[in-house]
Amino acid sequence: MAVLTNVTTKINRKAKTKPLALPKAQLLKLHDYMVKSRVLEDRLIKIYKTGEAYFWIGAPGEEAFGVALGLLVNKGHGPQHDYLHLHYRGTPTLVAMGMPMIDSIRLIMNRVTDPCTGGRNFSNHYCFPKWNVVPVSSPIEVQYGTALGTAHVQRRHKSSGITIVTGGDAGTAEGDFASCLIWASRPGKELPILITVQNNKWGISTGYDSQHGETYIADRGKAFNMRTRVIDGNDPIETYLALGSEMAYIRKTGKPVLLEANVSRLYGHSSATGANLIPDRDCVLAFEKLLLENDVLRPAEAKKIWTDYTEEARQAQETARLDAVPQADSVWDNVYAGSENADWRKF
Amino acid sequence: MASLAQAIRMGLHFAEENLELKDIFGQDAGAPMGGVFTATQGLKTAWNTPLDERGIIGMATGIALTGERCVAEIQFCDYIFNTIDLLKIAGNTNWVSNGNYPMPLVVMTPVGAGIRGSVYHSHSFDAWATRLPGWKVVMPSNSLDAYGLLLSAIADPNPVLYLVPKALMRLRSEELIPGEPEDQKALKNAIDAPIGERSKWRPRWPKLEDYRVPIGEAKTTRSGRDVTVVSYGRNILMCNKVADDIGGGAVEVIDLRSLYPYDWQAIRASVRRTRRVLFVNEDTEVTNFGEHLAYRVTQELFYEIDAPPRVLAGKNLPGIGLHANLEENSVPQSHDIERTVREILAEVP
Ligand SMILES: Cc1ncc(C[n+]2csc(CCOP(=O)(O)OP(=O)(O)O)c2C)c(N)n1
Repeated sequence: MAVLTNVTTKINRKAKTKPLALPKAQLLKLHDYMVKSRVLEDRLIKIYKTGEAYFWIGAPGEEAFGVALGLLVNKGHGPQHDYLHLHYRGTPTLVAMGMPMIDSIRLIMNRVTDPCTGGRNFSNHYCFPKWNVVPVSSPIEVQYGTALGTAHVQRRHKSSGITIVTGGDAGTAEGDFASCLIWASRPGKELPILITVQNNKWGISTGYDSQHGETYIADRGKAFNMRTRVIDGNDPIETYLALGSEMAYIRKTGKPVLLEANVSRLYGHSSATGANLIPDRDCVLAFEKLLLENDVLRPAEAKKIWTDYTEEARQAQETARLDAVPQADSVWDNVYAGSENADWRKF
Repeated sequence: MASLAQAIRMGLHFAEENLELKDIFGQDAGAPMGGVFTATQGLKTAWNTPLDERGIIGMATGIALTGERCVAEIQFCDYIFNTIDLLKIAGNTNWVSNGNYPMPLVVMTPVGAGIRGSVYHSHSFDAWATRLPGWKVVMPSNSLDAYGLLLSAIADPNPVLYLVPKALMRLRSEELIPGEPEDQKALKNAIDAPIGERSKWRPRWPKLEDYRVPIGEAKTTRSGRDVTVVSYGRNILMCNKVADDIGGGAVEVIDLRSLYPYDWQAIRASVRRTRRVLFVNEDTEVTNFGEHLAYRVTQELFYEIDAPPRVLAGKNLPGIGLHANLEENSVPQSHDIERTVREILAEVP
């Protein structure tokens, strides 16, 4: 299996050109969470490949985008904070928000201790009410419809909290994406939504170019007089600055933004397509190289970050392994709120 | 004496004032129309949506994710079908999140035939609805129940499908809703919008009281000795008529009111007494909700009944034709119910 370790070779200090556009502490934070997210995904893939999980889907290649987003979230519970309607590539965002690795590992290993679903759903199908992270659902694009409701409530509360929705490029063909554009831009009733598309140029095996007549997906927002932007989602600095300014705009105006970020899909679609490394632009390695070249980070520090997180992930798996699994008779729990009986045999 | 549409309107108003209902929305649900059946007329939180059913259910789901309460309307259930996967999500959210996200939302939609609505204004949704685990499903047959079930649905922490028999929208109940004026004209003057220009019109709501029909509780509308007929919605009126026409205290009629959870104890007690049962509804007959109930009777009461449990439902047709001859031969009519009841009564074990 292709396992990522830190690559500190071929550092060209002469490559240093203009000063990096973020303070050192911020650069290091971005890097730290990007590495953590990559190491975690790497561990999830290992767990799958060694037969300790049924399925893996996740986000290697989307760390620059996801971490930048997670760092900018107004985190908390209720309409005064941001709502996140993520798809199944949300690990980097949640890592940046402070999710412990073990939460993600318990989810993929379907332990009863999985805080998101109690062993009911796939990896990367996160749910954290304390941070307004609503349940990730497998049907593509439905989150673009449900995002309307949380944004509507935030608008009613005149909150500076916004709604953030993420998804892939292929999914934008679904009607729910159009619904989101239409409902978010009704005159006088605009909704505070950051509508994002992580364009990795694939929908499982179907290439982007074979299905999209539009120049940019983001252009579709223009028809609704919506602010739009296309960014290099592999560049964490550009992404952080762009997301920061767009989110500030939404908080200030209450109006939506459609933002398309070009990202990589480094391990294919999911375990269904093998979960093997398919070389492409790698935002984590490229960013690390940039920081090393600019003396923001030293090789020994970089190495330690990778090593420490690798150890944390390993230990988390060992802990999760010993956790209890869901009991068979718990299938009826929480069908209804408060586990009110939903079994017709007991009516 | 409120019509069913007026009862819904009053229930929604009561919920706006007392149950923290914050949003009522759907196509043409807000001013000036207040719904194609006027069920959302004059309500302060009612608003018009884009013509987008998936957007409507998405919006409702998102509102519920914040914990706030809303009632979303799908103008006719004939147009709810492209939202089925979203309804499934609303139904599975509390379960899949292992109790993290209860979903307090109500989706209200007119169902069924009986208004010469032809192919796309006559669909039923009850059988489909009962295949959406995580939802509760209710259907009133009169104004008082419409009011009481609606308040229970809005207060419930789970998603509730509130199916309204569209043929009964104008039907007036004999029983008054608590707080409703006795004079029908006074009610009309107070809460019905004037025809035409109405931009300055505001309803004068009566001082309504809380009244709940608990979800899961059936009501016996006719007591009888020899056969039990279980139904809901507009078929209840027909079943009552058949019971009255056959007379002699033979036919017991149970208005289920809640399809899920359903009142098995009421069905069971009645069938054990009458030893014969018919389930009536107008959704298509193959994989019909009545079949589930008949199955259960067969499984649990087989040795206590004198005739096979029967289901009388809509014919398994792709639509309901416009001409009266077509419609009436597609969904159960009083004479079909009466014939079937008599057949069941004639069965000799
Ligand atoms: C409604 C729906 N149709 C099909 C699928 C199966 N499926 C899962 S992921 C996927 C491709 C999604 O591609 P894209 O939106 O570009 O996101 P990516 O996976 O590339 O991040 C498909 C077809 C699904 N989950 N939901």
